[in-house]
Amino acid sequence: MAKTSASGRPSRLFRNLNAKIAAIPMILTACVVFVGFSAWTILHSFTKSRLLPKLDFVGTAQYERLWASDKWLISIQNLVLFGICMLVFSFVIGFLLACLLDQKIRFEGMFRTILLYPFALSFVVTGVIWQWILNPDFGVQSIIRGMGWESFTFDPLNNGRIVMFGVVIAALWQGTGFVMVLLLAGLRGIDDEIWKASRVDGIPAWKTYLLVIVPMLRPVFVTTLVIVTAGIVKVYDLVVAQTGGGPGISSEVPAKYVYDQMFLNQNLGQGFAASTMMLLTVAIIIIPWAYLEFGGRKRG
Amino acid sequence: MADFAMEARGPRPRSRISPRSIMIYGTLVLVAIYYLIPLYVMVVTSLKGLPEIRLGNIFSPPVEATFEPWVKAWSQACTGLNCDGLQRGFWNSVRITVPSVIISILIASINGYALANWRFKGAEAFFAVLMIGAFIPYQVMIYPMVILLRELGIYGGLTGLVLVHTVFGMPILTLLFRNYFSTLPEELFKAARVDGTGFWGIYFRIMLPSSLPIIVVAVILQVTGIWNDFLFGVVFTRPEYYPMTVQLNNIVNTTTGVREYNVNMAATILTGLVPLLIYFVSGRLFVRGIAAGAVKG
Repeated sequence: MAKTSASGRPSRLFRNLNAKIAAIPMILTACVVFVGFSAWTILHSFTKSRLLPKLDFVGTAQYERLWASDKWLISIQNLVLFGICMLVFSFVIGFLLACLLDQKIRFEGMFRTILLYPFALSFVVTGVIWQWILNPDFGVQSIIRGMGWESFTFDPLNNGRIVMFGVVIAALWQGTGFVMVLLLAGLRGIDDEIWKASRVDGIPAWKTYLLVIVPMLRPVFVTTLVIVTAGIVKVYDLVVAQTGGGPGISSEVPAKYVYDQMFLNQNLGQGFAASTMMLLTVAIIIIPWAYLEFGGRKRG
Repeated sequence: MADFAMEARGPRPRSRISPRSIMIYGTLVLVAIYYLIPLYVMVVTSLKGLPEIRLGNIFSPPVEATFEPWVKAWSQACTGLNCDGLQRGFWNSVRITVPSVIISILIASINGYALANWRFKGAEAFFAVLMIGAFIPYQVMIYPMVILLRELGIYGGLTGLVLVHTVFGMPILTLLFRNYFSTLPEELFKAARVDGTGFWGIYFRIMLPSSLPIIVVAVILQVTGIWNDFLFGVVFTRPEYYPMTVQLNNIVNTTTGVREYNVNMAATILTGLVPLLIYFVSGRLFVRGIAAGAVKG
């Protein structure tokens, strides 16, 4: 019997048993879903599964087909373009707004509430709103034409070459407030002494921000960067709602490619290979960050 | 967890009109107007009749305000063969969100409690896997999840989707509760143990009641997150159980029939209403919720 082993103490497995039982959902989620399911998908990305998952291994054939597919290449291009625009603009605008709100101003709460409310809305709602505002016949283009500039053209959602910028406009409206709030929280954590010191030395405020505050906020910037980037890789609902991947296939993104292959085209192997590529992308971003963040802490 | 001291420090601003303050307020007001325009456009469009939309521009206020688009969006808009409006999606979303929020928070709080107060060997390792797993794109895990739900016989219905939300909400919620329980005074826990209260007794009588503040944050986080979900809804439910976001997308992006922009906008507002209400009511707590996972404690 476990309870009366040689040492007279319960066996190790049963010590703290209730806590272990309580942690079962977490252990199952971590091991079965996060590790197990990911491993399953990676394994099946090397098979020729179509309608049903089968373990007919074909080596890297799915990946070769993936990287030869126009739709996938456009998806990747779009993701890179979308990602760079999102990161640059949401960080520049978000940081500027955070600095403005940090000037001990009146109505700060009101401004913050207004700048963050789109973040409470879903991507589907965001996409539908901006589809309407960017509508060429009724939206921005028609209004500016109506004001007398007859040749004005701004119709991103029907122009494959600039459609991703239409998506970026919507995504920035939705997400910049989030970046702003995180950076503002970082700014609020900065010691007042720094400001006093820089004022005594007569350094202009913008210079203090750029040369002193930004380097001090590095951890906040890095964390925000990782979260925003992980979100960018997953971009899906916004595109589905705003453009449906069109015109043609010019606003396709990887997450949509995966869904279409798995659930519409009955081409599971392609879906698995594409999602594995998404995982790889995230891993390239996360692993160095996790190493710096958590590996460093243990040593320090 | 880093608390979010959002209050500005120092003396109240002096009401002095300087070029500097004009620039600051001017910029902020312009940006605020830009941020509010989409909301304004949605509301005015939803109150216009179709002929008026075709004539005017999207910014002009309605000449003759009508609530008909709202009624139509709620009870008559079509998705596929169903023409009973967005109300179906609304009630589906309620039936998905309420159990998902309760179950996911209950389970995550127990996880967090076990991690914070009853550390056992390997617990931190599992927790680390859970946290790293939070970054895995869902696309990698959805197909095996479909198979699992099909094997369990709950694929396509609401139960399966509740399970999915519980599983994928676990990392952030567990982190939230673990960090919160770690900050509670240890004497509380120790005194109860000396009294002979067991694992579950301490959880239900001491920990759960004292975790109300963090439960509120978790509820805000989960209700908005689950209500706004699109991917899980479209993958794991049959059309009759589609949540509101999926139904909205299907109403707006249908390729058949006349495009009723006013009905679409009314439907959009209706879909955004629940998270917006939560946002405006909860204020600062919402910020804490979204930032909780973002800034390490």
